[in-house]
Amino acid sequence: MTLNALTIAAARDLLRARKITAAELAEACLSAMAAAGALNAVVHLTPDLARAQAAAADARLAAGDAPALCGIPIGIKDLFCVEGVATQAGSRILEGFRPPYESTVTARLWSAGAVCLGKLNMDEFAMGSSNETSVYGPAISPWRRAGDTAPLTPGGSSGGSASAVAADLCLGATGTDTGGSIRQPAAFTGIVGLKPTYGRVSRWGIVAFASSLDQAGPMTKSVRDAAIMLGAMAGHDPRDSTSADRTVPDFEAALTGDIRGARIGIPREYRVDGMPGEIEALWTRGAEMLRDAGAEVVDVSLPHTRYALPAYYVIAPAEASSNLARYDGVRYGRRAELSPGEGIVDLYEKTRAEGFGPEVRRRIMIGAYVLSAGFYDAYYLRAQKVRTLIRRDFETVFAGGVDAILTPATPSAAFGIGEMAGADPVQMYLNDVFTVTVNLAGLPALAVPAGLDGTGLPLGLQLIGRPWEEGGLLNTGLAIERAAGFGAKAARWW
Amino acid sequence: MAIDIDTARKAAHLARIRVEEGDLAALAAELSGILGFMEELASVDVTGVEPMTAVTPMPLQTRDDAVTDGGDAARVLANAPLARDGFFAVPKVVE
Repeated sequence: MTLNALTIAAARDLLRARKITAAELAEACLSAMAAAGALNAVVHLTPDLARAQAAAADARLAAGDAPALCGIPIGIKDLFCVEGVATQAGSRILEGFRPPYESTVTARLWSAGAVCLGKLNMDEFAMGSSNETSVYGPAISPWRRAGDTAPLTPGGSSGGSASAVAADLCLGATGTDTGGSIRQPAAFTGIVGLKPTYGRVSRWGIVAFASSLDQAGPMTKSVRDAAIMLGAMAGHDPRDSTSADRTVPDFEAALTGDIRGARIGIPREYRVDGMPGEIEALWTRGAEMLRDAGAEVVDVSLPHTRYALPAYYVIAPAEASSNLARYDGVRYGRRAELSPGEGIVDLYEKTRAEGFGPEVRRRIMIGAYVLSAGFYDAYYLRAQKVRTLIRRDFETVFAGGVDAILTPATPSAAFGIGEMAGADPVQMYLNDVFTVTVNLAGLPALAVPAGLDGTGLPLGLQLIGRPWEEGGLLNTGLAIERAAGFGAKAARWW
Repeated sequence: MAIDIDTARKAAHLARIRVEEGDLAALAAELSGILGFMEELASVDVTGVEPMTAVTPMPLQTRDDAVTDGGDAARVLANAPLARDGFFAVPKVVE
């Protein structure tokens, strides 16, 4: 086995036993990245930083001071500010931007000993479900349909993170999830993705999309790795007023694999029209796996589910239109050339027309519209009330003694690059049908690979947990991981 | 609700995004399609429901009213497309 194919847990044990060094582990990943240009997963390589951090990690390991991620090479979604390293959020408007500060999440990862390999591709400003809105061009999945060489999407918006982890370019990666952007790409590429409870992980220094929905989380090769990485990312941060002042539990210690007596809810409203038979069969199998492991599986109802997508596509663009107002060509990034006689408003309008791609422009305009006088009550205020009802649905189910909710992660397996080009934007939004409710309610949720479809592509299941109970959620995920015995890897073609 | 060309022009201006006159009709159709998708919200009974304004119910945290940062003009300006004499530079705003 090559070193870059290790899980975080396995590498940690080998590093602590001094059987491998952080330096050779980093080199293995840097070589894998250099050879994987066809995946377009990595957009800014940081070999110098990686080598310096690996040397520091080896010194700590030699001194016996080896925290959880000491010497573990990871990739960082282009949405996180890393001091002095290009951070573009997949957008032309942030061309040339090098943040003079470090995001809280990456600062925590580096202090836990992690090694930065580079920045990873993503949909522009995290708006997309296929990585096709990226200014760098789409990231490509390492997976292909059996007997077919058509390039497939790794999903989005954290598509580069998913592709890089699935192709063993790094041991784990950071992602962010506003409507499913960790869980959908994880499901499409056969890896584990965790969206933590809103407030568990600091948003400081992460380029903002929709502040009340955004949450960063780990994307990894196993449930155990997600627990390890979340432990390093999480924690209170005075610089994010929505970050919760709560103790971070030992998530890995929660992984007993024993879920006897747990109650798992199956929400009937998630049985959507036109759901492919394979997805439905996977969902049924998932419920059987949990029942076999000793859980009690019960039917539950989340009656406002069908309103989640429309509410999300009011709230997220509204918040985005406000957050993205800062890209004006004045303080950072790209500025448009002006013609003689043009003034400050022309500067804003031309800069933003040139700098943002079509999907981002569309969402900013929708957001400006739903927040504008005369429409605010009909759209934005109403969507916020519907959001209350969606959260109440979950609270009612959890109050009834349910520990976690099982659903499919996505309505289909990965689709081909360009396959959705002719579809209207709403078609693409439907990818988020099983994931957005979780962001609206602020809950933790986990995508776990659980099987392959008829063409050999990964399919994932989603587990939704109670607020702050990521430990229990990961433990239930472990039960699925063990029962499903997924273990499949994309055959190397790149 | 269908968006006409004037409304599309207004939304683009509110968003400070230049849209050429010839592209407004297509934009209006696109925005109408998305808003049509949101119409489903009108059928929900929200009588007496409070809007959700905080994701995690918790008291807003406060900190001491003290300066914790600053004196960093050079780093703040380092990414500016145009800066002069310690300031961001923009086209003339006041005649």
